[in-house]
Amino acid sequence: MRYLPLTPEDRTEMLARIGAPSVDALFADIPAAKLNPGLDGLPGHQSELSVERTLGRLAARNVPAGSVPFFVGAGAYRHHVPATVDHLIQRSEFLTSYTPYQPEIAQGTLQYLFEFQTQVALLTGMEVANASMYDGSTAAGEAVLMAHRVTKRRKAVIAGNVHPHYRETIATLSRYADDGVTALPPAPNGAEDILAAIDGETSCVVVQSPDVFGHIVDLKPIAEKAHAAGALLIAVFTEVVSLGLIEPPGAQGADIVVGEGQSIGNPLTFGGPYVGLFCTRQKYVRQMPGRLAGETVDADGKRGFVLTLSTREQHIRREKATSNICTNSGLCALAFTIHLSLLGETGLRKLARLNHANACKLADALAAVPGVKVLNGAFFNEFTIRVPGKAADVIEKLAAKGVLGGVPYSRLAPKAGLDDLILVAATEINTDEDRAAYAAALKEVLA
Amino acid sequence: MNREGRGATTPITIGAGAPQTFTGNRALDLEEGLLFEIGRAEVTGVDIEEAADFAPRLGGHARTAALELPGLSEPEAMRHYVRLSRMNYGIDSGLFPLGSCTMKHNPRLNEKMARLPGFADVHPLQPVSTVQGALGVIAELSRWLLSLTGMTAVAFTPKAGAHGELCGMMAIKAAHMANGQTRHIVLVPESAHGTNPATAALIGYEVKSIPARADGTVDVAAVKAALSPDVAALMLTNPNTCGLFERDVVEIAAAVHAAGAYFYADGANFNAILGKVKVGELGVDAMHINLHKTFSTPHGGGGPGAGPVVLSAALAPFAPVPALVADGAGLRLAEDEGQSGAAQALGRMSAFHGQMGMFVRALSWMLSHGADGMQQASEDAVLSANYIRACLRDVMSVPFGERPAMHEALFDDAWLEGTGLSTLDIAKALIDEGYHPMTVYFPLVVHGAMLIEPTESESKASLDLFIGALRDLAFAAKAGETERFLGAPHYAPRRRLDETRAARAPVLRWTRPAPLSEAAE
Ligand SMILES: Cc1ncc(COP(=O)(O)O)c(C=O)c1O
Repeated sequence: MRYLPLTPEDRTEMLARIGAPSVDALFADIPAAKLNPGLDGLPGHQSELSVERTLGRLAARNVPAGSVPFFVGAGAYRHHVPATVDHLIQRSEFLTSYTPYQPEIAQGTLQYLFEFQTQVALLTGMEVANASMYDGSTAAGEAVLMAHRVTKRRKAVIAGNVHPHYRETIATLSRYADDGVTALPPAPNGAEDILAAIDGETSCVVVQSPDVFGHIVDLKPIAEKAHAAGALLIAVFTEVVSLGLIEPPGAQGADIVVGEGQSIGNPLTFGGPYVGLFCTRQKYVRQMPGRLAGETVDADGKRGFVLTLSTREQHIRREKATSNICTNSGLCALAFTIHLSLLGETGLRKLARLNHANACKLADALAAVPGVKVLNGAFFNEFTIRVPGKAADVIEKLAAKGVLGGVPYSRLAPKAGLDDLILVAATEINTDEDRAAYAAALKEVLA
Repeated sequence: MNREGRGATTPITIGAGAPQTFTGNRALDLEEGLLFEIGRAEVTGVDIEEAADFAPRLGGHARTAALELPGLSEPEAMRHYVRLSRMNYGIDSGLFPLGSCTMKHNPRLNEKMARLPGFADVHPLQPVSTVQGALGVIAELSRWLLSLTGMTAVAFTPKAGAHGELCGMMAIKAAHMANGQTRHIVLVPESAHGTNPATAALIGYEVKSIPARADGTVDVAAVKAALSPDVAALMLTNPNTCGLFERDVVEIAAAVHAAGAYFYADGANFNAILGKVKVGELGVDAMHINLHKTFSTPHGGGGPGAGPVVLSAALAPFAPVPALVADGAGLRLAEDEGQSGAAQALGRMSAFHGQMGMFVRALSWMLSHGADGMQQASEDAVLSANYIRACLRDVMSVPFGERPAMHEALFDDAWLEGTGLSTLDIAKALIDEGYHPMTVYFPLVVHGAMLIEPTESESKASLDLFIGALRDLAFAAKAGETERFLGAPHYAPRRRLDETRAARAPVLRWTRPAPLSEAAE
């Protein structure tokens, strides 16, 4: 077996050195009747070529986004990632290293985490960011728990236009933690009344912008009302590229900002692994979940970086930790950081503008299809259309015509009774031909 | 010659008399500034088409302030991150004996497979008719995991081990709720990983700790004494964090079940028992499996991972959404609680459907090894750990040494008594020898713990050299060569870092230094 360096002679010698009569003697603590049960039904080892064939067959049964006109978003977005990014994250020293618990031989990881934290803070307009969470949805769940710790209250208000998967992730965590959640109903036209739900028991208000329907939300009045009630504003985003063009949540009074960072540096990969971004104000840093890289000096006085404030974390504080998170999304954070260093402010702004421009063009093309209504006035790179009939059927028919046209809202929230809405995303990858193909196919499907 | 007659080791003098360099570099050891010091906001390393003039529809929410994000041209970015990478130690650099973390070889075939467009370029919300192969990967991975564990169902969405713990413990809470029971206590042995108590506390359980007996394993009697109608579950790591198999596990499970509680197993150490025993036959109700340990998906400097959870028949109905369902039309996902296939689902762990990128890599590892290769891998991992223990026990001290080790060799610091040195000093001296240190100060039940996990990926020559280095360090420690340790590491990109200073006044991001004129005031 190509991955196992020990030879039969090595094994014999090693057993002799140990003084064990057989390998199974080393497993003597396993109840004898249960030892070596046999793995019926599993094949034997295979060559690299043979594994490639097997997995290649499975891969071939999927339709890659790049092979069709593609407009699917709703929390994961297809962007172009420079070749440099994937090359660099496969450097052995990044790919095969562990959590930087031994900082003297992990300065590479620690320095990029410090750069990552700074970039995320600059993007969101917040003071501090951590070294990543699993993804945007779990970051949102952790943000709510953090708000409970900060405010010593236990009731969260979740806006209706937060991504349904994020809502469910928060609701699930809250249910098992015995915390309260007030989940508002979705408002596809964007006119949500969040303010009325905030009261003196509210620990936090969770608002997404751009929201799941694509509307850009003015966070300032919500922040004001929340703060007046002694609650925190948690701002969520699923499309981080939007921060290149729209006002950051940090400038609008958000206390905690969480979001999905996949769009920068990371492929779609059927939903994971992605990278959760988590930021807050300096004054709350000790209530934050997750790892933090910080600057210090070494014994020779040279600048270096370490993991710090770990008294918040499970390996030190155990049941009193701020979170149970251990493994996070380090390598996805690296991809994010490299891609964003390549973009820089200039590139990010251009990219964001191109996304918005393409979405405007697409909205106009689809609005011209008979029977289709675009629900958004303002949006970034994603918007919602209302179609006659069932959105899920329309999407299936479009797929049969070779167009992946978006996400039926009913797929995300089957019980909401909103069966005629499609969430449509446009990014820099879409061409004029893609948009024309979508509009033409939609026209045929609805005819 | 070292004290064991091996070849010469590097002398300990540290470049004394070597000249200072202008750049601060030393040949291949290159210093590198922060992105924020070398980048400029007006530079970009990505050529992007300029959007033609259009009327933005941002509804008055356009960003006005600058982001102050520096950019790098492509050659600058390449060099910056390559230089950073060279300050890191990885499995590909050398033996990485980090106990509990299973730092085994990461086959590049797995990386290649995960990058096939049919996996990497597929959106989680595409119509299911267009992702049958991706769902096929989940089905196939589940089949292998169930076969290896003898369990009933797999909850595949958890994103890492700790997230899997949360999923399993929620399933347990859901099962109690379904039985109309409210229980408040979760039993956790003292030796457990920090994520176990942290997870139980996260969902409102009170953690009660179970002491270990003198041989490092959990006593049935101690579990029985702690059980009551208020106990919801026992969380037990097996093999445990001392590297021992909990030999009374069957009786422990029976006692837990008799008290109406469930048995959560932490599967972080699954690498020791592939094909050797099925946890389903030991009475386990839920166990997470860290695909980034046992199944070789890269640790990537701290993540990402994947933590699917195998469930017993009692807990299977509570698996979270989405659930994978096979019906006449092929594979589909039950994505909403209450849908057929997820009638009693506990809820949702996260957006979408889990860590597909990790599933592909893990499945690639499984297919490569096959049933025979996996069993051989576990046997080699266990053999290597026992070999290290056998070769070091005369110079270092082995707690619980009367029982065979599993895939980890645990040492304590008793052998350092009188040397003035600590476990940390040994770890830092190992860095100078070209190794990543073992896990230190974990598990907490052993004083100054050093937990060595070689995995199955080391040749005998590699193990022997590592053993030689540790023996030499042991002799040096006992011979009073303290400078070799207290000043260590001498040869790493950085000497010991001041962690107290980092925590006292945390600097967690770069900020633009004040202009000189202001700084002077
Ligand atoms: C024994 C044990 N349990 C749980 C975990 C947590 O797993 P993860 O880091 O994947 O969340 C670890 C990881 O180090 C571990 O060693």
